[in-house]
Amino acid sequence: MTTRFIGKPLKRKEDPRLIQGLSHYVDDLNLAGMHYAAFLRSPYAHANIRSVDLSKARRASGVVLALSGTDIDGAIQPVPCAAQIPDMKSGARPVLARDRVRFVGESVAVLVASDRYAARDALDLIEVDYEPLTPIVNPEKAIAKGAAPLHAGQKDNVAFKWELEGGDLKAAFKAADKVIKQRIVNQRVIPVPIETRGVLADYQPGEGQLTVWSSTQIPHLLRTQIASMLNFPETLVHVVAPEVGGGFGTKLNVYPEEAIVAYLAIQLGKPVKWSESRRENFQATIHGRDQIDDLEVAIKRDGTILGLRCRVIADLGAYYQLLTPLIPTLTGLMMTGCYKIPAARMEITGVFTNKMATDAYRGAGRPEATYLIERVMDLVAAELKKGPVEVRRKNFPQPKDFPYATPTGLIYDSGDYQKALDMALKVADYKKLRQEQAKLRKEERYMGIGISTYVEICGMGPSSAMPAGGWESATVRVEPTGRVSVMTGSSPHGQGQETTFAQMGADVLGIDPSQVQVVHGDTSVVPYGIGTFGSRATAVGGTAVYKSLQKVKEKLARIAAHIVGSDPERMVFANRKIFAKQSPKKSVAFGQAVSAAYVAKTLPAEMEPGLEATTFFEPTNFTYPFGTHICVVEIDAETGDVKLVRYVAVDDCGNVINPLLVEGQVQGGIVQSVGQALFEEAVYDEQGQLITGELMDYALPRASDMCWIEAARTVTPTPVNPLGVKGVGEAGTIAATPALAGAVADALAPFGVHHVDMPFKREKIWQVMSKNRRRVQ
Amino acid sequence: MVNVTLRVNGETRSASVPPETTLLRLLRDQFNLTGSKLGCDVGDCGACTVIVDGQPVNSCLMLVGQVEGREVLTIEGLANADHLYPLQKLFEHFGSLQCGFCGPGVIMSAKALLDENPDPSTEEIRDALGGNLCRCTGYTKMIEAIKGASCILRGEEAPLVKSA
Ligand code: FES
Ligand code: FES
Repeated sequence: MTTRFIGKPLKRKEDPRLIQGLSHYVDDLNLAGMHYAAFLRSPYAHANIRSVDLSKARRASGVVLALSGTDIDGAIQPVPCAAQIPDMKSGARPVLARDRVRFVGESVAVLVASDRYAARDALDLIEVDYEPLTPIVNPEKAIAKGAAPLHAGQKDNVAFKWELEGGDLKAAFKAADKVIKQRIVNQRVIPVPIETRGVLADYQPGEGQLTVWSSTQIPHLLRTQIASMLNFPETLVHVVAPEVGGGFGTKLNVYPEEAIVAYLAIQLGKPVKWSESRRENFQATIHGRDQIDDLEVAIKRDGTILGLRCRVIADLGAYYQLLTPLIPTLTGLMMTGCYKIPAARMEITGVFTNKMATDAYRGAGRPEATYLIERVMDLVAAELKKGPVEVRRKNFPQPKDFPYATPTGLIYDSGDYQKALDMALKVADYKKLRQEQAKLRKEERYMGIGISTYVEICGMGPSSAMPAGGWESATVRVEPTGRVSVMTGSSPHGQGQETTFAQMGADVLGIDPSQVQVVHGDTSVVPYGIGTFGSRATAVGGTAVYKSLQKVKEKLARIAAHIVGSDPERMVFANRKIFAKQSPKKSVAFGQAVSAAYVAKTLPAEMEPGLEATTFFEPTNFTYPFGTHICVVEIDAETGDVKLVRYVAVDDCGNVINPLLVEGQVQGGIVQSVGQALFEEAVYDEQGQLITGELMDYALPRASDMCWIEAARTVTPTPVNPLGVKGVGEAGTIAATPALAGAVADALAPFGVHHVDMPFKREKIWQVMSKNRRRVQ
Repeated sequence: MVNVTLRVNGETRSASVPPETTLLRLLRDQFNLTGSKLGCDVGDCGACTVIVDGQPVNSCLMLVGQVEGREVLTIEGLANADHLYPLQKLFEHFGSLQCGFCGPGVIMSAKALLDENPDPSTEEIRDALGGNLCRCTGYTKMIEAIKGASCILRGEEAPLVKSA
């Protein structure tokens, strides 16, 4: 295959509709006779529900239906959780609370009205008699002796215990010259896609057909779950993910509203729409991170790390969402990062608290792992008075060590960590940065340089290691006119698969990308698929597309060879022609060969007509992209303000289909991560009220908070798939927080401080500086 | 109900709506112009940005009572039948958007900036986007595109390779 388009920065096929405001997200869809649903949500973090009185709301003008948890009892199954951990306790979330509410924002009742305003107004007429209970907000208090269990019938708030150990940990700690201990906190954050969630459902009683449009990353899984939750035939459920305005993992889930809105449409025989408000998005769409990690590291004087022990408290919130218990276990798998650490152990305690559930937020467990191990590397460097680069180099596996087996049971596919580090040092001009830092320190200016060398787990993944299937599907159909339809299960929400998969189609078949249409998100058109998450769309979804393209190509080669009288093995596809390699005059137009497949008069004997192939690709392993990020901050000694001065990112995601899109993924991921490092934090007060429940109070990074990102790449293809691609969707979010944390700690080194927990808000940094100033001087 | 008449994308439009209707709702629900997006409804995200009499505004904060007789430009009015507006072209060229949800608001804020200041510095661009949240892109490619568009609008050649 000659690659004319793969690897090139092709413009995105998605863009013409997006830049003209012509695309349709759920809230842009309207159906005749459409009604609007609104949810009444609990103002209490923890309370018994004595009664819900809907009588006034039901009489309000425009209201056609109002239901409480009791009304739908048994009709809709609880929110599904696909992750299973041995002996985990039940934390199933009812779609509407019935006896008890367990977090602020949990739905207690739903109503439907003829217009949006009537629906919202009628919520005020619902009377709920709550008996407030003591909320449990702090996860350590939640598992302390005597804390009342959130869930009836359980003895405490421990949802599960999970442990993983590899290598000889005892021996490692025995052989250590030193043991470093540190507690680090990875604070709870809120994903905040700019499009909130939304659901539109329509039921046709005659045909018995239920159609659900939802802003989701997983249309097929959602279809299966809606069918199961409503006990409705799956064959009659049609789910569409239209344009999706960002997900970041929040829409890799199944929410009560999706099942309830579908149920309401069936009950009423009318289309029903629900659009999540921003406040609801803060309160009742999954949160991320929220781990307390107690670390012990066994080290040699020369910087060799012998062993790592982590005790993790993972705050799960009140209930399980789709993958809640799974997320911290990914931290366990990745805890040794890109280092040869022979022995490691993690013990996780999953804890119920009166908060929204945590689940897969961009990176999902791996940013926590990278944060943890990169903090460790910096602490080791500080303890031994060595440079952070030196300590990292010391512990890297070498390129010849790949495939590299970690003590946590993973096999890293390919890597050259040294090379990415060297490139980043060069781009940043590291030596000069250190000189500059020394100079500034003399002037009492506090510049810090942070380094993060990371590896992540992508291309999720082999089904054996996934809760519900890790394969992906793709169908390629060459239509009779010669246009190519690619149907992918990897339903995107900004990643640009319409472009990358068209690039692949064009190169494999020797045609132009404009001739390739990528179709996704519609369960009636696309074969059953898994979805876009875990940086899997290209590595797994793309490979499925590539394999289907190859199948179609083989058939076309046979047809063309038959027409020109040549060997199918030797046919070449280029410039909309299929010709024999040795004698290019023996050539058929692409369209002619396609047409032959449908007209079916000149096909080779025993060949089936038609031109379509489907692949369900099952990867044999995950992929492991890696890289080095370097960041420079300056801290204002007067105010504690942390200013991002420079950011260098060298990422290796294997081969690249479209560098424009890869850059975008990296940049966006970094900025999201800068948000967590500098200002984002979900704060619940002691009553379990979400204080940061609006954009006003929860600061997201804005254009003015960022410096320029200097990006470069090394390319180490993966052997796991024929494209050699690894995935890049989460790299930035995984790599950047430790780089920033390292930079802040480095800036504060003159104060004798080596670790500060995120977010690095000015008040916190100012306090750290003023508290330690005297001690140092 | 109040009656309102205004100009939207060069056409005179009228509607009869409840007085609490916002300009954003008017555009989306009455005129079926769904390009302007609702991201928060309280003025914090900029997804609803349109240009009213030359000024960028959060249309979720403006009530119908305030738009009588005024001239409103939305994302749908930026391109004409044959040509994308330079900003749109450059957003496409640089792949400035990902999910696209913030895009219409960002582009309208950028348009208002360039109308006012044909040669903005990077800092001025960052400031002009201060009210527009994007969770996907990290803003970098948007800034490149806005710079490029400013060149085209000034009649200069746009730097179509990445600037630093
Ligand atoms: S919707 Fe208007 S500013 Fe967010
Ligand atoms: S492109 Fe998704 S919010 Fe900006």
